[in-house]
Amino acid sequence: MANFFKDNPDIVFNFETMDLAEIARWQEDNFADKGKFDYAPQDEKDAIDNYRRVLEIVGEIAAEYIAPRGEAVDIEGNTLKDCRVTYNKAVKENLAQLSRSDLMGFTLPRRFEGLNMPNLVYTMAVEIVSRADASLMNLFGLQGIAETINAFASEEIKAKYLPPFSRGEVTGAMALTEPDAGSDLQKVQLKAFQDDKGEWRLRGVKRFITNGCGEILLVLARSEENEQGGLGLSLFLCERSKHVIVRHLENKLGIHGSPTCELQFNDAPCLLIGERRRGLITYVMALMNGARIGIAGQSLGIAQAAFEKAREYAHSREQFGVSINRLPAVSELLSEMCVSIEAARALTYETSRVVDILIGMMRKSESAAGDKEAALSFAKDAKQLSRLASLLTPMSKYYSSEMCNQVASSALQVLGGSGYMKDYPVERYFRDARITNIYEGTSQLQVVAAIKGVTSGVAEKRYLELEAGLSKLSKDFDWMEPMLACLKETRRILAEAVNFAKSKAGGYLDLYARDIVDIAIDIFIGYFFLKQATRSERKLSIAKRFISKMIVRSKMKRDLILSGEESSIQAFDEIVGTGVTS
Amino acid sequence: MPYHYVVLAKQVPDTKRVTGNAMKEDGTVNRAALPAIYNPEDLNALELAITLKETYGGRITVITMGPPAAAEILREAYYRGADRCILLTDRRLAASDTLATSFALSEAIRKLGHSDIVLCGRQAIDGDTAQVGPQTAEKLGIDQISYVEAVTDLSKSSFTARRNIGNGFEIVEGPLPVLLTVTASANEPRYASAKRLMKYKKARTQFEVVKAIKDRNPAATDESVKLEAKTIIDELACRGLVIEEWNVDTIGGKAERFGLAGSPTQVVNIESVVLVGREYKQVKEHEGALSELVEELKKEYIIG
Repeated sequence: MANFFKDNPDIVFNFETMDLAEIARWQEDNFADKGKFDYAPQDEKDAIDNYRRVLEIVGEIAAEYIAPRGEAVDIEGNTLKDCRVTYNKAVKENLAQLSRSDLMGFTLPRRFEGLNMPNLVYTMAVEIVSRADASLMNLFGLQGIAETINAFASEEIKAKYLPPFSRGEVTGAMALTEPDAGSDLQKVQLKAFQDDKGEWRLRGVKRFITNGCGEILLVLARSEENEQGGLGLSLFLCERSKHVIVRHLENKLGIHGSPTCELQFNDAPCLLIGERRRGLITYVMALMNGARIGIAGQSLGIAQAAFEKAREYAHSREQFGVSINRLPAVSELLSEMCVSIEAARALTYETSRVVDILIGMMRKSESAAGDKEAALSFAKDAKQLSRLASLLTPMSKYYSSEMCNQVASSALQVLGGSGYMKDYPVERYFRDARITNIYEGTSQLQVVAAIKGVTSGVAEKRYLELEAGLSKLSKDFDWMEPMLACLKETRRILAEAVNFAKSKAGGYLDLYARDIVDIAIDIFIGYFFLKQATRSERKLSIAKRFISKMIVRSKMKRDLILSGEESSIQAFDEIVGTGVTS
Repeated sequence: MPYHYVVLAKQVPDTKRVTGNAMKEDGTVNRAALPAIYNPEDLNALELAITLKETYGGRITVITMGPPAAAEILREAYYRGADRCILLTDRRLAASDTLATSFALSEAIRKLGHSDIVLCGRQAIDGDTAQVGPQTAEKLGIDQISYVEAVTDLSKSSFTARRNIGNGFEIVEGPLPVLLTVTASANEPRYASAKRLMKYKKARTQFEVVKAIKDRNPAATDESVKLEAKTIIDELACRGLVIEEWNVDTIGGKAERFGLAGSPTQVVNIESVVLVGREYKQVKEHEGALSELVEELKKEYIIG
């Protein structure tokens, strides 16, 4: 039987070589649930076995049930009639199948009927589902909404709203974007006010809302009339009702199974989540971080699907008397696709791992409230780790989504004319890929989020830790020292570039932030690959290829930065103009 | 009283994954070379039982007759929604043909007491006889409806079902209890439920518990194995994780009707039919050539 988990050796490799026992310890909190729930694990080994088996279920459903329906979903899409969205039949069936298998409360605690799976396993599941149908990820992958409720809402709201999520009876949406507030969410204008009875209500419009037709909406709204910035915003839970109208369903390039809605709130009743004024700065930021890792997972899935088709085609297609995968131009394309998928996977999974430990630490610091010293120590460790998570999360989202676009484009190229036709699914992957580096924060915004950690030393601190860990293994692997030296050299190149960019004024650092972040990501991946290479000969080949190429890339980027080239700032009007004719 | 659905299941070699060594020299299936799976149409029967339970309530008992390893498909039945699972296993049941199998199964079903609907797959992919279901119904003295695609109505005393009759369907009504054989077109069997899997992956038969103890400690005396097994089984039983093991003594019945003794079927000869292309014929490009070809194919009974 086809299975998108079991047939993917690199996911399985990551699963088997990452320290899942540590994750299980943080996630299960001394296995406190084992007497309370018959499906809770008894110990680490049991938990890891559960992770594997659940991924096998996801892999089977994805390969056998969801993937064959992908084309129909893409062609037919969803429909809007009388301000109500009806899911495509296959989308409905896919959701029903996932719900039946208890997969819609993937990370929620067991007391809310969830599976209590760690983020790392969820990210793998998101990838697997996305490979089958990228657009379904936008429903399966919206579980962060329930998680946000779990993290910040009152016990009463949680008890009422979370179990239906776990059962798959409801789906959610995060309603953030507005016509004039896209990347800049501080501009959100949708109004939240209290009626005569003191109940909160929402009035205004939200746009581009993924699954805006869902039953439970998390809405970012301006609750403080006189406060214009982000501090005037709060987060609300709003149930679908006659007061919420889907007034438009977007017609999109890709991910046709995911309904993108324009919503109108007509004094819709709602509930405040957490505290006022923390909507954007605390809750939405947390929500977005989870969602960004989700998009990284989605990107991996689309890229994998595209790569599989390209590899298969290149193997069977003959031109000039050979399979085209033996032609250097094609073999290089395929090699680069394969390596960059595995690079993005290593980065994204490591990010998920860090987030799991971070969440575990924060939970510990809360539950250790009685023991002040322990609570403080956990809180201190968590703070350190949260800086790393805030760096790795945008890096994963940026790198994976750009990789996904590149891989989908290369896959189409490998298929040539056939790839451009609707006869193969590659053109669909290409269209589906294009959203990944836009939504949940564009690549440009991810770079803005990541550059801080690169220039402030968070990255360098982590590099040193990774280097120290690998140095210890160098006596067993004679290739280790020279490889580590290459990475050290790249770090020096990075430092040079950063120092120069910082020394220049007038937006120079912003101009080259992307190149700097690129170098910084490459270094991380270099370390991750080296670690993987200690477990696999194949990964050593990959690490060698990756590191030798990254040094050259990094030097080029540094030389460009050091050149002082800034015509796009200095001579913009001259080169581009405004395009406005008077 | 809530409905009682009894679902029959068989573990079969996965004949879809036939490789080079899938057949033995004598033309019989080399079971060791093929992965053992839940017979596909038995999954359709289980799925129908689960949807009936979801709609009308009740409980589901799954029975399989087979070697100790067949416990694996009972765990799979648990993952999907079975309430109780029974492994009918006994060396005395080995080499049963359809007659002896249906006799053993009917005795086991009788032993369960009241049942409303017995469901099984239309046929198993290893033998393809489609006889065990109907024969079981005969021995139980209840009605049988074969090729069922759906149960459209169910009440305390009667059912309505849709059966596939090849070129269409018919709607049949009848009294309970009844035995239904279910076709692949009936439904799409669900996948395992994650929660049920995490719970029931620990379900074990007595045989498996004993084997695990012996594997762990080959030097253990029979007495100590027995003692330890009892402790483990008791603990599993508290959590509802024991797969019941029945044998010939549990179900009763005359010894000569079980296993080889109760199997009159004899395989006289197995012919391996290999279809190969030998010649080809070019159809001329003129009107009527195609209809001539069709006529010829009809005459040869290739189409019709």
